[in-house]
Amino acid sequence: MRRPDPTSEKRLEELREQAALGRVDASGIRPVGSPFPETPSYYGLPIVKPPVWTWEVPLYFFAGGAAGASSVIALTAQLTGASESLVRDARWIAAIGAAASGPLLILDLGRPERFLNMLRVFKPQSAMSVGAWTLTLFGSASSSAVIAEMLGMKRIGDAAAFVAALSGLVMATYTGVLIGATAIPVWSKHARTLPIHFGASALASATALLTLRGHDDTALNTLGLAAAAFETYTGVEIESDRTIDSEPLRHGLTGITTRIGGFFSGPLPLALRLLGISSKRARRAAAASALLGSLITRIAWVEAGKASAADPRPLLRPAQQKV
Amino acid sequence: MLGTGVTGFLTDSTLCIGCKACEVACKEWNDVPDDGFVWSGLSYDNTLALGHSTYRHVKFVEREPVAGCGGNSGQQVTWEFSSDVCRHCGNAGCLEACPTGSIVRTEFGSVFVQPDICNGCGYCVVSCPFGVIDRRPDDGRAFKCTFCYDRQKAGAEPACAKACPTGSILFGRVDDLEAAADRRIAQLHANGMNDAAIWNPKETSVGGTHAFFIVRGDPRNYNLPPDPQVPTMLLKQSWSAAAVAAGAIVGASLLAFAFGSRRNAKA
Repeated sequence: MRRPDPTSEKRLEELREQAALGRVDASGIRPVGSPFPETPSYYGLPIVKPPVWTWEVPLYFFAGGAAGASSVIALTAQLTGASESLVRDARWIAAIGAAASGPLLILDLGRPERFLNMLRVFKPQSAMSVGAWTLTLFGSASSSAVIAEMLGMKRIGDAAAFVAALSGLVMATYTGVLIGATAIPVWSKHARTLPIHFGASALASATALLTLRGHDDTALNTLGLAAAAFETYTGVEIESDRTIDSEPLRHGLTGITTRIGGFFSGPLPLALRLLGISSKRARRAAAASALLGSLITRIAWVEAGKASAADPRPLLRPAQQKV
Repeated sequence: MLGTGVTGFLTDSTLCIGCKACEVACKEWNDVPDDGFVWSGLSYDNTLALGHSTYRHVKFVEREPVAGCGGNSGQQVTWEFSSDVCRHCGNAGCLEACPTGSIVRTEFGSVFVQPDICNGCGYCVVSCPFGVIDRRPDDGRAFKCTFCYDRQKAGAEPACAKACPTGSILFGRVDDLEAAADRRIAQLHANGMNDAAIWNPKETSVGGTHAFFIVRGDPRNYNLPPDPQVPTMLLKQSWSAAAVAAGAIVGASLLAFAFGSRRNAKA
């Protein structure tokens, strides 16, 4: 025998309230004549499959992005005659980030021992294929750059660093294309903005790593400021997006994660960088915040994709209502 | 794009009796493992969706009937069954996305995953607009309907079509099936079932499918999306954005360093 308790009675009252409003949200059959959900669907079941990617993928987005942007900083710093130690450290961050990226991507495969199959073909219409080849090129170039420099082969090192910077630009941005050009509503809705968003996030994290390494160039603070300003703008854009496609970015656990990532990427480092024009401690705090924000942002986007796949409504909109 | 003479499925929900023989036949012939024994409580559907270990899925659609349509009284429940399957799209998202070349277009026009090449990257999973293909967790590779490639090679029809007792699953050349679907629709409409229609997204970027369906009422009740899109359509705008981002990163850091080093030099 079951005894009524506060929990059970509260649940019954909740059901009565829902029924009075015309919709009981519990699972089960909706008998004919009962209030059907507003969008016709097959029992509200998902249409697309959620991403199978685990923790390695957002971490790779973070590491690969930071490494890519760092290689660009290394080249531009060198071209404009910035300090040699900054150029060297930026090249090292690129090489280490690239070295971490490979294993992360391989670990995420269902059959890691077959990772070389990625290089069987080159398919420009597959962002994953473009990414695999880019990472191969970037990894070779960025590691060659630091090894050549250690061996005293400056010209080879510079040439490798140039190739690393070119492929690094793709590394910093293509992950936005990778998830943008998919069937997942929250991602495809942002196919046009994700590469820029991820690029800014990559630039912020590369700048942050160099700042935390002890570099205090005005240029780094300026770049950090620009990235934080752009990320603040991205946050505003996400908050003002009221479409059902973007719901996972505002609601539930994924919404909270997106907002935390956004706060650490945008407003907080922006304020600290502005203070940091005169305070070294504020600059370092801004760097730490941007780094954390960049990582959380990538996790948030992958998780939002999983939540988005569970919602059939955006995909059941009639054609003319597509936004 | 769809060629002529390639094979396809016409799945007619108005003939389906929900026996699930197609599900069983598919599992047996293709040696597909079980994917859990759940009791969903959603009509008689305990399969719920296509997936890594479900290549045929019978939907049990309960909906309010259109009164007077096909003899419906308006008070009864209409209960319809429809056997779902991989669409083998004209422009297949999974095939485009596959970075290893594991997913190919066969000589029968179908989309086939070569299990000896797939490395389980999972990109096809998020690139299918219909949630068909998925990665099998214990195996690590992606699986979906093979269109019984092995049986077709031997000149036989797919297992599900052969096991179907009512002719709800028709297998044949796509152009023949399209003509058969048109005839069937005309017949259904003549019988008063005015809500019967063909679902085949020919006008979308998916470019039509090799497996298409006859359903009654709103196709959305069958989770058949009205306006599916192949994700490759988004590549142009997304790569353009990446180019803009790359330009901005280079520009910003060149400016910052050019300006910053001048200030450093002054200091």
